Amino acid sequence: MKEYNINHLRELEAESIFVIREVAAQFENPVMLFSGGKDSIIMFHLARKAFAPAKVPFPMMHIDTGHNFKETIEFRDMLMEKTGTRIIIRYVQDSINQGKVVEETGYNASRNKLQTVTLLDGLEDLKIDCAMGGGRRDEEKARAKERFFSHRDEFGQWDPKNQRPELWNLFNGKKNMGEHFRVFPISNWTEMDVWQYIYLENIEIPNLYFSHEREVFQRDGTLLAKSDCIPMRADEKIEKRIVRFRTIGDATCTGAIESKANTLEDIIDEVAATRTTERGTRSDDKRSEAAMEDRKKEGYF
Amino acid sequence: MSEKASGYLDMELLRFTTAGSVDDGKSTLIGRLLYDSKAIFEDQMEAIEISSKKRGDEEVDLALLTDGLRAEREQGITIDVAYRYFATPKRKFIIADTPGHIQYTRNMVTGASTANAALILVDARNGVIEQTLRHSYIANLLQIPHIIVCINKMDLVDYSQETYDKIKADYQKMVVDKLNIKDVRFIPISAKLGDNVVDASTNMDWYSGSPLLDLLENIKIVDDRNHGDARLPVQYVIRPQSDKYHDYRGYAGRVASGVFRPGDKVKVLPSGIETSIKSIDSFDGEQEVAFTPQSVTVSLSDDIDLSRGDMIVDANNVPNVGREFKAMLCWMNERAMMPRGKYTIKHTTNETRCMIGDIHFKVNIDTLNEDTDDKLVGLNDIACVSFKAAKPLFFDSYKKNRLTGSFILIDEGTNETVAAGMIL
Repeated sequence: MKEYNINHLRELEAESIFVIREVAAQFENPVMLFSGGKDSIIMFHLARKAFAPAKVPFPMMHIDTGHNFKETIEFRDMLMEKTGTRIIIRYVQDSINQGKVVEETGYNASRNKLQTVTLLDGLEDLKIDCAMGGGRRDEEKARAKERFFSHRDEFGQWDPKNQRPELWNLFNGKKNMGEHFRVFPISNWTEMDVWQYIYLENIEIPNLYFSHEREVFQRDGTLLAKSDCIPMRADEKIEKRIVRFRTIGDATCTGAIESKANTLEDIIDEVAATRTTERGTRSDDKRSEAAMEDRKKEGYF
Repeated sequence: MSEKASGYLDMELLRFTTAGSVDDGKSTLIGRLLYDSKAIFEDQMEAIEISSKKRGDEEVDLALLTDGLRAEREQGITIDVAYRYFATPKRKFIIADTPGHIQYTRNMVTGASTANAALILVDARNGVIEQTLRHSYIANLLQIPHIIVCINKMDLVDYSQETYDKIKADYQKMVVDKLNIKDVRFIPISAKLGDNVVDASTNMDWYSGSPLLDLLENIKIVDDRNHGDARLPVQYVIRPQSDKYHDYRGYAGRVASGVFRPGDKVKVLPSGIETSIKSIDSFDGEQEVAFTPQSVTVSLSDDIDLSRGDMIVDANNVPNVGREFKAMLCWMNERAMMPRGKYTIKHTTNETRCMIGDIHFKVNIDTLNEDTDDKLVGLNDIACVSFKAAKPLFFDSYKKNRLTGSFILIDEGTNETVAAGMIL
């Protein structure tokens, strides 16, 4: 590239680092939400870059549904240990045991929606005033209108019609007691940008993202992994397929795709050629046209 | 990795905003750009096909691709600035899609603040109207470097060159000459049918210019940045609590403009002390140079105590330092500006209180006349106002520097961002 010019990945990186530093400067007790998925992994990587040679000055936080892929949890623990980072873990199971939420029942039961209660309780208990999340505007149409700095009222809710204007790189994190902010440092990244950046920076990711053989079954056009936490219907049959995951979320609602891509180069090629969105493999978004909007208003990530 | 995919690793980023009135096909144009550049996925297309059918439309309405929220889909309107993404092998694009009707000034100013280019839509049947003038005024006020006037719905005027030429001449006379806009280009398009959007039109042989996407891919943007005036607002101070970096003090921030190199003589504000750049540090080691828009960490040769809000600048080229300044203000809140009122001001990484001084004039956005009698500054008003800050700020004029010349005002009661300012 020409002198004094940087490519799109370095510009996105610079923007995200600016936002993360702004959080550290404007809030007293921030956390960064970490799920072990690729978006939170690059967000954590950007945080390390933002504060080097010092350590990241805030802890990570994981809302654990209990319905995990074991590979994700192993990866999370390895990464936190290796980088000497503190992580706060809150369990959806605890919210269920305390009677704060009632577990969904039936074949499509998911703890995805219940996470919101566990998250909001966690933020309130620990007096957290800002939670950074790895949400991207290209993921879903309701997210396309989210600010970098997204204000939440005392009930943790988002009011999409009453958002603060956000201009230049001036971020307004002012709030009253009891309110908090959600901040999305990688708002402007697309799925392709994320993969290219992982390749460019050689960032370690869980092996679930690479092609592997796995026991799966078909449901409503989605390939779900065989798991103790998903009850199967009588007519659903387990079969072995060569698959990988485009997104990693709760095991009950994250679909696999058939793929032979087992290097980052292959994955980038596959993403470049693909004709469906990555959330197309997420059955949580298929519940209704405004499923994400509704969950976000309640305080979802 | 295939050549195609590896090519995507080295693209430039271009941000653009779109402005148009309610029915001149802005959402359709964006839908068309996304669709023809293959940024729309099958499941998104299926979803809007279903929605179009539900509403009883005969054709798939590409505008539905950009309507995010439930209320928008129900009412067929756009509420807020929405961001869209697409890429070609040359560039990654971020579109700030702003609605044309309600609160258009507030939303358009927001979208325009970070844009490299603005698309202004004109309906070929209506020609240059008041709204066109307004949108162009805002694009120019926010100093968007490149303006592209898309003369849309050419299919409805039989692809007439005469119509195109007349609109172009009108725009030149009514807008460009009046506002003194530097870089303006014109394209005759049909967003609905795709003429001159991604592919060159076969219906307008008389037009020899590029289609829109080609133009967006090739406009030179690197020179639009200010590479001359070295300014680094201190955002955060990095002090590692480790033996290895016992005395290390790094000043983290995003270079607002200009270039820094180790050894460069710099001045730190507000103290005015001169020192030099010792090193530019990053996670991956030391850097030889730092320039806008990079986020960097610098250390200084002398032991000076800087904090957030201070600024490191070229020792021989310092910004204005002062408590009083004049600015163009765009009011963005339902609660009108309080004369002599006090607000929190955020400027670069600095924050203090300020008081509203004289209101010199309000801009009549339909005629662009300056009204010196009307002193009530309310939602969507643009006015020229004097300010007095509680402590000195380090600023350049907005014309010279978009990042050290801009600020926002925050209402101390509601915490809302109530205005955007551009220093004169």
